[in-house]
Amino acid sequence: MSDKQIAVDGISKGFGALSVVDQVSFDVRDGEFVAIVGPSGCGKSTLLNIIAGFERPDRGAVWIDGVKVASPSRNGIMISQHGSVFPWLTVQDNVMFGLTGTDQSERMALAHRYIEMVGLSGFEKAYPHELSGGMLKRVELARAFVVKPEILYMDEPFSALDALMSLRMQSELRRILEEERHTVLLITHDVEEAIFLADRILVLSPRPTTIQTRFQVDLPHPRKLSDPKAQSLREDILKELGL
Amino acid sequence: MRQIDSKLMRVLPPALLIALLTAIWWIVVANSDSPIFPTPGQVASGAWALAQDGTLWQHIEASLFRVEIGFGLAFLVAVPLGLWMGWVSSAFFTLNPLFQMLRPISPIAWIPVAILWFGVGDFSPIFLIFISSVFPMMVQTTMGVRTIDRRYLRAAANFGVSRWVLFRRVVIPAVLPEIIVGMRIGLGVAWLVVVAAEMIALNSGLGYLIMDSRNAGNRYDLVIASMIIIGVIGLLLDGATRLLEGLDTVKWRYVR
Repeated sequence: MSDKQIAVDGISKGFGALSVVDQVSFDVRDGEFVAIVGPSGCGKSTLLNIIAGFERPDRGAVWIDGVKVASPSRNGIMISQHGSVFPWLTVQDNVMFGLTGTDQSERMALAHRYIEMVGLSGFEKAYPHELSGGMLKRVELARAFVVKPEILYMDEPFSALDALMSLRMQSELRRILEEERHTVLLITHDVEEAIFLADRILVLSPRPTTIQTRFQVDLPHPRKLSDPKAQSLREDILKELGL
Repeated sequence: MRQIDSKLMRVLPPALLIALLTAIWWIVVANSDSPIFPTPGQVASGAWALAQDGTLWQHIEASLFRVEIGFGLAFLVAVPLGLWMGWVSSAFFTLNPLFQMLRPISPIAWIPVAILWFGVGDFSPIFLIFISSVFPMMVQTTMGVRTIDRRYLRAAANFGVSRWVLFRRVVIPAVLPEIIVGMRIGLGVAWLVVVAAEMIALNSGLGYLIMDSRNAGNRYDLVIASMIIIGVIGLLLDGATRLLEGLDTVKWRYVR
């Protein structure tokens, strides 16, 4: 066994005559944060859905810890743009949704810890419709972190938030990842978000999507986007995207 | 202060409208000196007399009882069946065409069949209420399940919960608002139909009261009084079902 946790091996996917993903292969190491950047409509989400097990590839396969992916698993939790916090459950019940185990007080304590970690103490009994978009994201993060998945799949997680809140959530996510080690696969169209968060950035081509370029981000955290190195990296990535 | 004002503004205009219509009715009838059609005053005193000797309450009770049983049975059948049809595609494709064909048949058309099967006792109107309210509730529940936002089902699948947990904590609560809408529609139809059903035979209920008042010497004051009472009770029934919309677990569906 090597140290690669996710192995994406030549996956292709089409819908009818339309080829969306074409022969994509890459590896993600345990604990690595990989961002995938691409133009909108290029099949980024399809790619991530295949890796997370929600969709089947037409060809190729995804291996996680050496096991072929056939269905979604609680080992890899998806966080998507529009969120999937259950509106009929309180914050606390949402966070406890994925928790198994019979000891109620233990589950409560775990939920409490993660609610605190995402900064939502005092909102345990609130319903999602009483919360702001940023707070909903925090609930979703807590619900994912609490089951201790090895992998987080993030599909444009903060793009429905306003610019300020998006930046705030990025640094919150970075802070939590310092405490809790996870492998993260992030899909985004926000180049700066990718540079701020990721260890490695893959740039996708337009549809049918392939990996066009790979960038290593060798900058210490917390990163500053005003850093000249970050700026030149940004220029390079934007050039790849045709801008 | 402003809150009181806004409450007042919601009650005052409809009250004024009703008062205005009553006044017009009174003036028109008084000026036409129709021997049969009553003034609002005659309607009120007719209703008062009925309320005093207790027959009005007996009729209301009889109608409500039939609605309770018929609607209750329909609910017990419609919700499980609707959940099943919404969840299992083969059940939907098998049963839906049949139900869609039965649904547009007016409950009134079932009256002869009901009399044949159940005679003229309480069972006929109960059956008619059942027939009329079971379909809207079932269709609403089925559609509710079939339109559950996929991201919630995906999230549940992601956490690998059991089918039972999925059903109890995701499917049922997601459909609950639709079920409540179905209940409102079903109860509304049930109340419409009980009155129609009671006009046929029987000797109790608000529908019977209307026909009996007309047949027993053109007591149109009681006919109109019964109509108004039916309207008010219908409003109260709907208001009672709407209270369900205030439940914490369904509020999300009604707030924007």
